[in-house]
Amino acid sequence: MTEDLLPPTNDLAIDTIRLRKQFGSKVAVRGLSLQVRRGEIFGFLGPNGAGKSTSIKMLLGLVWPTSGQAQILGHPFSNVEIRRKIGFLPEDFRFYDWLTASELLALHARLCGLTPAQLRERVPAYIDLVGLTPHRDRRLRGFSKGMMQRIGLAQALIHEPELVFLDEPTSGLDPMGRHLVRDIIRNERKRGATVFLNSHLLSEVEITCDTVVFIKQGQVVGSRDLRSSPDGEIHVHVRAHNLRPEILPGLAQWTCSAQIQDDRLQLSTNSMECLPEILRHLVCSDVHVFEFTPQRLSLEESFLKIMGEDQGL
Amino acid sequence: MTPLWIIAGITFREAARRKILWTALLAAAAFLALFATGMHFQVYSPHFQRVPPLIRNQILSAMLQVGFYAMDLLAVLMTVLTSVDSLSGEIASSTIHAVATKPIHRWQLLLGKWLGFAAMIAAYVALVFGGVYAVGRFIGGVQPRGALAGASFIYLECLLVLTLTFLFGTMFSTLTNGVIVLGLHGLAFIGGWLEQIGTVTQSDRLINLGILSSVIMPSEAIWRRASYVMQSSIARTLDLSPFATRSAPSATMMLYAAIYLLLALSAALYRFRQRDL
Repeated sequence: MTEDLLPPTNDLAIDTIRLRKQFGSKVAVRGLSLQVRRGEIFGFLGPNGAGKSTSIKMLLGLVWPTSGQAQILGHPFSNVEIRRKIGFLPEDFRFYDWLTASELLALHARLCGLTPAQLRERVPAYIDLVGLTPHRDRRLRGFSKGMMQRIGLAQALIHEPELVFLDEPTSGLDPMGRHLVRDIIRNERKRGATVFLNSHLLSEVEITCDTVVFIKQGQVVGSRDLRSSPDGEIHVHVRAHNLRPEILPGLAQWTCSAQIQDDRLQLSTNSMECLPEILRHLVCSDVHVFEFTPQRLSLEESFLKIMGEDQGL
Repeated sequence: MTPLWIIAGITFREAARRKILWTALLAAAAFLALFATGMHFQVYSPHFQRVPPLIRNQILSAMLQVGFYAMDLLAVLMTVLTSVDSLSGEIASSTIHAVATKPIHRWQLLLGKWLGFAAMIAAYVALVFGGVYAVGRFIGGVQPRGALAGASFIYLECLLVLTLTFLFGTMFSTLTNGVIVLGLHGLAFIGGWLEQIGTVTQSDRLINLGILSSVIMPSEAIWRRASYVMQSSIARTLDLSPFATRSAPSATMMLYAAIYLLLALSAALYRFRQRDL
């Protein structure tokens, strides 16, 4: 029953086309079309009930889509063998509580096909990575939620997967634990792995992720590149003399909105590239600029703007 | 080692740690102590010493059948109670997510769990059956005719019940699953007695009702076959105990039970593959 893994057909870690899941009459995911590039840290954001968990479960083969297609690392998501290259930390990681931390890791590593020699080397190394070395021989029943998250993270990474799904990895962790998770995610990026991060902690996502998408009612409603691209709304606060309404039409080619109030001009644009042009236009229009401060919209502000402030997180 | 055997191994260890298993072992120990004491009192009762040896032997053999009957019931209950939340419980608690997302087919996951429980039940049946056997042999001086065949049938009965708890575990919650499987076993139990009574009173309608219940749930029929193969031919005709099987289920019924088990296991595998976790 072993399915052969042919070479991947494209450079995407995840590629879904109109993925849909319906439970009875309730539509959990309306039509998810998502592309995640290999090697990026990808944030998956949306309010409660937006279909995030169902989407992840579909990509991992836990939930069968009603319709649509999904490719993981260039292979159909239903291919069991591809899971050798996938790691998953469930939101609320649990396992038989009579196992010790080392036994749990060894078990999951064996399920991923690691050899006994690899086990001897990696089990202590990954327990150390998540800071549980003093507890390696303790049974899980004595573990706190944070410790369970840590051991869950270790089992998701021990087989050095190419794609890692982390569902709320920092929930239940103290600030040190969160810092550790951040470092681990960065290390995964260095290793070349793709990380798919589902988190409610937008500040965490903002620090960690390269790209984020926002989903609402099971559909992508927006995305932001947090690293290279200047996309995303930028607010510019200008303090100047000689601001006149006549200058506004000239700014319209670069700005989404612009408003003058006394000696202050508030404008917004979609690209950092436009900022020199805007400033040049102001100076050429004989505006005496004292202050010109661009501010990128925080992820939280973007989130609230896209989702609407009434949505609960 | 393939994922199937890894899952079987971990499930065996998990099942062997269930409190309910240890409770069932304690219950078995208490039952064996009571049974041994009863057997001892009977053997050394002054009145019983005067009973002709043939009759005495038959009475002790009948007591042995009661012992096997009680251990059979304990084994079936233990099987249902230990395995009833194996699938539904792990699905509800999301414990299954970390394993089901590994490179393992759903059929390997289910079959591995089934094998783990099957091994644990084999150990339980061997232990408690051995206990009853030892009491009969060393205290009562009697032993069943086909002990190995009898033990195998009792084990088959437990496997059938196990398979049904797995099948319904892929569909329903733990509680519903337990109610359905124990309900079916109860139906088979009543049906079995109706068939026995029908045989004595020569009522075809009762017999047919009994057969119908065995078709729906063959667990009790398997027990009656086990009891039949363990009884001596004299006991079968003397009819000294309620277990003197007048209408032993046929070998065809046993074949039916085995096919029933395989079909239920296939249905469980199919259903588990289709369902969302």
